[in-house]
Amino acid sequence: MELWSLLWGGGGCSLLGPPSSAGRSVPAFKQLAQPRSWPAGAEQRRSQDFLGNQETAIMAGKPTLHYFDGRGRMEAIRWLLAAAGVEFEEKYIATPEDLDKLRNDGRLMFGQVPMVEIDGMELVQTRAILNYIASKHNLYGKDLKERALIDMYIEGMADLNEMIIIFPIHPPGEKEAKLALIKEKTTNRYFPAFEKVLKSHGQDYLVGNRLSRADIHLVELIYNAEELLPGVTASFPLLKALKTRISNLPNVKKFLQPGSQRKPPMNPKSLEQAKKIFRLP
Amino acid sequence: MCEKAEHRMQKSLSQPLSVDFQEPLSMAEKPKLHYFNGRGRMESIRWLLAAAGAEFEEKLFETREEFEKLIQGGTLMYERVPMVEIDGMNLVETRAILRYIAAKYDLYGRNLKEQAWIDMYVEGLRDLSDMIMFFPLSLPEEKEMNLEYILTRATTRFFPVYEKALRDQGQDFLVGNRLSWADIQLLEVILMAEECKPSVLAGFPVLQEFKARISHIPTINKFLQLGSQRKPPLDEESIETVKNIFKFERGMFLKNMSTIVAEY
Repeated sequence: MELWSLLWGGGGCSLLGPPSSAGRSVPAFKQLAQPRSWPAGAEQRRSQDFLGNQETAIMAGKPTLHYFDGRGRMEAIRWLLAAAGVEFEEKYIATPEDLDKLRNDGRLMFGQVPMVEIDGMELVQTRAILNYIASKHNLYGKDLKERALIDMYIEGMADLNEMIIIFPIHPPGEKEAKLALIKEKTTNRYFPAFEKVLKSHGQDYLVGNRLSRADIHLVELIYNAEELLPGVTASFPLLKALKTRISNLPNVKKFLQPGSQRKPPMNPKSLEQAKKIFRLP
Repeated sequence: MCEKAEHRMQKSLSQPLSVDFQEPLSMAEKPKLHYFNGRGRMESIRWLLAAAGAEFEEKLFETREEFEKLIQGGTLMYERVPMVEIDGMNLVETRAILRYIAAKYDLYGRNLKEQAWIDMYVEGLRDLSDMIMFFPLSLPEEKEMNLEYILTRATTRFFPVYEKALRDQGQDFLVGNRLSWADIQLLEVILMAEECKPSVLAGFPVLQEFKARISHIPTINKFLQLGSQRKPPLDEESIETVKNIFKFERGMFLKNMSTIVAEY
């Protein structure tokens, strides 16, 4: 646990500096050769080396996501970008050395990922990243009060999502108890709260009668909860309807198809890899 | 204090704060804070309101029964506190409340990018302040180890970031050359860390200057005086009260550490 506190590079945070410095370790990123969700025209780009892809991304102004190849804390960001119709690149951290390099180059303000290169900034802290993207793409309400409601809802969702994200990391002996706790919170606290919001105004979206990040985060949460607890949405008809409605939005529908940049749930193998990268016991 | 720092402090004090305190629409209604009589997660909210010059009331419960009465009242969306009645809303979730107050009182930057920088700075501090907040609830046999961990993180992970940010920019504030939520949060956390270890800022001269400078801002200075609504750290007695109200589990500190571990 202490290890990464000692590894903090002490280098500067590059504010507007060229983001290309971390991309030089090409061998580590050869793993990207597996096609993920290459947008149209990808065939041409696939034949270029990684650096070529990166330069295209910079020129196109696409955000670049730095994380390991898995959901973790980056997945909510992928969902939001996808739902907003924003194309993005990903640079996967495959080894502890990849993470060290990002730190030593001073690109991670607190030595942590997620990190997203966007609009000349290297943003860290999941909420900072999500807030920026949501604001930029008009998914954060039309005024302070709508934003307050959205924040109240999404922070509740984040509490539950946190439990779900961490769940795979618990040792086997604790898993059953943790799952029971997640089930209890989902069915007794969180899902009823959001069902109540939808019922109170009878509208198609949680806030302001239009799509916001609240709807996207909630639908992501519903999918995550259902993976752990099949049928958990059964007694929440409005949540089910929201899930269907949002899933049918063109950008979201595309993201839910195989071949998109959506990541699969953690399996024993990806858990092992993540532990290695982050030097967890 | 060295000459340069004193000059900078005088300079920033003599200029009016470039913060435009919005008048609340309903002047008669002060925000009302619902919590127990202690710091916990409500303290950052008290700091922000106080720094903004916003008067507020508090309804503080002392027992489990009073807390349950509040829950029964139906104003807690997730049956949890903090809750703040403000501008006709019953806001819960600490971050939702803080963001609303920050935006309302123009402490959240002037544009999206400044907002992003403020968010990064405050979210970074949240990890550290949570650790310090939960520390009194450590099991006795773990206290020393946890304290050591907090201080190591503070001095190797967090404080260097803010020391560097202030030094590199050469300005009096963290973002946009004006007071923001980030500066207020940083001061709060510095003071909390000093309560853990008075000399914790020893290697951070710029943070020492920052602390002095921000503490002297009139609204903040007032909040730091005796008799303000600032709450003291938990002592033995109030720890027992808190445990009874919220039914904490054993090893609370380590439980929340799992969040820090999984931050990656």
